[in-house]
Amino acid sequence: MRVGIVTFPGSLDDRDAARAVRYAGGQAVPLWHGDEDLSGVDAVVLPGGFSYGDYLRCGAIARFAPVMAAVVDRARAGMPVLGICNGFQILCEAHLLPGALMRNDRQTFVCRDQALTVANATTAWTSGYQEGQRIVVPLKSGEGGYVAPEATLDALEGEGRVVVRYAGSNPNGSLRDIAGITSENGRVVGLMPHPEHAIDALTGPGTDGLGFFSSVLASAVSA
Amino acid sequence: MSVIVEVMPKPEILDPQGQAVLNALHRLGFTEVRGVRQGKRFELDVDADVDPEVLRRVSDAAATLLANPVIEEHVVHTGESVHAKETDRA
Amino acid sequence: MTDSVSTAAQTPDVEQPWAELGLKADEYATIREHLGRRPTSCELAMYSVMWSEHCSYKSSKVHLRQFGEKAPQTDALLVGIGENAGVVDVGDGYAVTFKVESHNHPSYVEPHQGAATGVGGIVRDILAMGARPIGVMDPLRFGPLDAPDTRRVLPGVVAGVGSYGNCLGLPNIGGEVVFDPSYAGNPLVNALCVGVMKHDDIQSSGATGVGNLVVLYGAKTGGDGIGGVSVLASETFTDSGPTKRPSVQVGDPFTEKLLIECTLELFRDDVVVAIQDLGGAGLSCATSEMASGGTGGMQVALDKVPLRDSTLAPEEILMSESQERMMAIVEPAKIEAFMAVCERWDVLATVLGEVTDTGRLVVTWHGETVVDVPPRTVAHEGPVYSRPYHRPGWQDALQADEPTPQRLARPTSPTDLRDTVLRMAAAPNLADKEWVTEQYDRFVLGNTVLAQPEDSGVLRIDEQTGLGVALSTDCNGRYAKLDPYEGARLALAESYRNVAAVGARPLAVTNCLNFGSPEDPEVMWQFAEATRGLADACLELGVPVTGGNVSFYNQTGDTAILPTPVVGVLGVIDDVTRRTPQAFTTPGQVVYLLGETRDEFGGSEWAHEVHQHLGGRPPRCDLDAERALGEILIHASRDGLVDAAHDLSDGGLAQALVESCLRGNIGVRVWVPDGLDPFVFLFSESQARAVVAVPRSEEVRFTDMCTARRFPHQRIGVLDDGDPDTGPVIDVQGQFAVALEQLRELRTRRLPDAMA
Repeated sequence: MRVGIVTFPGSLDDRDAARAVRYAGGQAVPLWHGDEDLSGVDAVVLPGGFSYGDYLRCGAIARFAPVMAAVVDRARAGMPVLGICNGFQILCEAHLLPGALMRNDRQTFVCRDQALTVANATTAWTSGYQEGQRIVVPLKSGEGGYVAPEATLDALEGEGRVVVRYAGSNPNGSLRDIAGITSENGRVVGLMPHPEHAIDALTGPGTDGLGFFSSVLASAVSA
Repeated sequence: MSVIVEVMPKPEILDPQGQAVLNALHRLGFTEVRGVRQGKRFELDVDADVDPEVLRRVSDAAATLLANPVIEEHVVHTGESVHAKETDRA
Repeated sequence: MTDSVSTAAQTPDVEQPWAELGLKADEYATIREHLGRRPTSCELAMYSVMWSEHCSYKSSKVHLRQFGEKAPQTDALLVGIGENAGVVDVGDGYAVTFKVESHNHPSYVEPHQGAATGVGGIVRDILAMGARPIGVMDPLRFGPLDAPDTRRVLPGVVAGVGSYGNCLGLPNIGGEVVFDPSYAGNPLVNALCVGVMKHDDIQSSGATGVGNLVVLYGAKTGGDGIGGVSVLASETFTDSGPTKRPSVQVGDPFTEKLLIECTLELFRDDVVVAIQDLGGAGLSCATSEMASGGTGGMQVALDKVPLRDSTLAPEEILMSESQERMMAIVEPAKIEAFMAVCERWDVLATVLGEVTDTGRLVVTWHGETVVDVPPRTVAHEGPVYSRPYHRPGWQDALQADEPTPQRLARPTSPTDLRDTVLRMAAAPNLADKEWVTEQYDRFVLGNTVLAQPEDSGVLRIDEQTGLGVALSTDCNGRYAKLDPYEGARLALAESYRNVAAVGARPLAVTNCLNFGSPEDPEVMWQFAEATRGLADACLELGVPVTGGNVSFYNQTGDTAILPTPVVGVLGVIDDVTRRTPQAFTTPGQVVYLLGETRDEFGGSEWAHEVHQHLGGRPPRCDLDAERALGEILIHASRDGLVDAAHDLSDGGLAQALVESCLRGNIGVRVWVPDGLDPFVFLFSESQARAVVAVPRSEEVRFTDMCTARRFPHQRIGVLDDGDPDTGPVIDVQGQFAVALEQLRELRTRRLPDAMA
């Protein structure tokens, strides 16, 4: 399965997302922000980093990159899209997901091995987990506080669209401890923690993150 | 003359930066300040005479790019650049 | 009216502000001799900044020579002292480049930007060697934790280091956070960067090839860092002109990220003949150094430099320290390809001139020649001072003031010992530093195997073979104050030990020498002793200095900082999966103390924290023992004989046990060896020691190895989960027990409480 990983100016974890795709058994395809063509990939990852230096607002400029028109189109048609950290911010700015990410309530960047619970194990990116499963995935961000109007939060909860929630202490003030959410069709997922950094116990807190990438490969088979 | 766009967090949005600034002001003795909200100001240098049409277009730009309507509000008006107020500029 | 060369030749008696620019009368006279006339104001600016202490190393050169003269023979060194950074062969065709630099004074003025631009500068140095930067480290030193100004400086510095490094996508794998009154008003912000490349990728900085183009690329040039040079600008201004010139440089990490990717692509496409980054003294430095190092001459049109501020005078453009800029030499046939890469990354690039063979650096401004100098006189033939130095009159009394039991009351009862353990564990220098390190990304690039608080940062270089490097930076300024010669040796010993502790073989050294004023003969003595000590120690241990940095004038009035020679050691590890981490994890494993413990408290953390005392001699430095210990730790790591290792340094054995137990969340039952006083056992800072956790299945092989090498080793404890009611404890048998939770609580709150 071909998984495209977009590089924007300032993207940082694109290489790591590619490695995660490879570890999971997929083929990682680099996509350039300036190209409108998605090279026939079956899924897309918007990786972490500081696209456009986080100028204006995180993801606010990347959202208008030429590649994003195709990503939005294909996402609406059902292609799985995963937004990690800055990628999540871009998905919200592009209105593929509701809400917004704001500065951490503690005002500082936080990098830590973060405990999460999987709240939805039916999305294209989390089908390999169990609902309620506790996983540890690195979080590293300065603008990770998820906010949305109360009505939106209620809808997300009511429709089971919260994908992962912070367990233990809330590291950034995200409302309802929301660490990641999904679109109505369960194909677009955005989360602040970095599953691509939890694929090898040698370089991370464990392998809990690999499931995100293996899930989407499995979903391609069944799609 | 520039077009000024001011972007502020919506009233219901928690503004921890504004809160941090308020705490700092109090520590410095400015105890009469009761609240602080922190936002952004954009100064647009426009290529034409500023008429209602231009202001409308800037407002569109503000809603699309300069502000995130999920969490921010904005106002658009004409005004002078902050720089123009310095008297020792040639 | 431009002060051109022809004007200067015709007006020899014009008064010039050489004194305001920091030059001495004899230096000004020398410049006139070099040129055969008075310098233009641009030339004067150039010489004044390039001949400043910061750029010319004029007070330190005579002492730094020792690093070359006493360099140990080694095949591993590919590029030695003198280039942007040293380059070391680590095997399999890989070369690693690393260096540490200071950005102290700017960080006192503007902590966030000072620290951020410090990181930016060292990263560009590594990039200019041809390497992809792969990690950073930050040794930081501040005034007392609870001092009001520390609340201003520390958070700003940490935010600066974090925001710049994180945005560049470089994992922060280690560093230090040290508090001492002498750093109040003079914080030390040292930044290290490490990069990796293949042997063939090593770049040079000499401008060679007559007719090759000189290209400036990166950010536009503004008035950053000009400060005092404006006195010149006002000479050539008439009525209009700016009144404000910022002294502080402001960095943009996003621009630098693009610069890194763009530059690496330029290297890959082989379109660069030579490259140099623009750091201190900006264009003055880059042009004069590149011209000196190559075919001998260069011609540059200064008015072609893209400006952020169109009111800048030529003197200011030459001095500007605007960040995120590089200079490249490019063959005319390859300039189109060069420009295409820059455009792809949206990086501004401008041809300024070309390489010549005239032996002169010529700079024009709108057609008029404003600089025409022999570049070597600017970049390499600056003044060299042999500053006077003498041992301070107070040194003997300081060394005689030994921390004996009569002088400093020691805890003897079990309760007192227990209280001391708790107090020490939460001391500012020993407390948990997570408040700082949590602000740094350690994961990006996916190759970080070990990061702070481990003894060394370990980065994997090759995913297939597992080849990796380890780095540590260390210095105990109190030891160095008691005895600068020994203190420098001890700094190397500690860094060497930290690299060996994770299982890596030490290969090379970088250093950042932070001292007070070189015009103070007592400070100069400290510097002379420290450099001599470091050079001698490097020779003894067989690890050469590959490059480094000197920062003088770290003092407020008459009070200099503790002499602080920060030493960074780089090591190589064949297979990173075999690295030895610090955490004790498995109940039943045996704890061994390696090395000899003596009653040594001079400059110790205990004396500092409990008695605010600094006196006596530092612990003995035995480099043979350090080498032997290193061999044991490396072999034990490679052969899987130990599960964990932690070196002993500040705070002694107690601190090492606290750290390793807390990190693995397991307790330990420890017994004091016969004949050793419990207080000495727990808190002495004798060197060449480490603790290891040995699986019982490996115990015999391990002790046999130590015995065969005749290295002291003592079984001092067993790891223990503790019982469900009390949780894990550190239980010093016959003395006291202290719960891990209590230690954790005290240690983790210290910094956040102070910064609230």
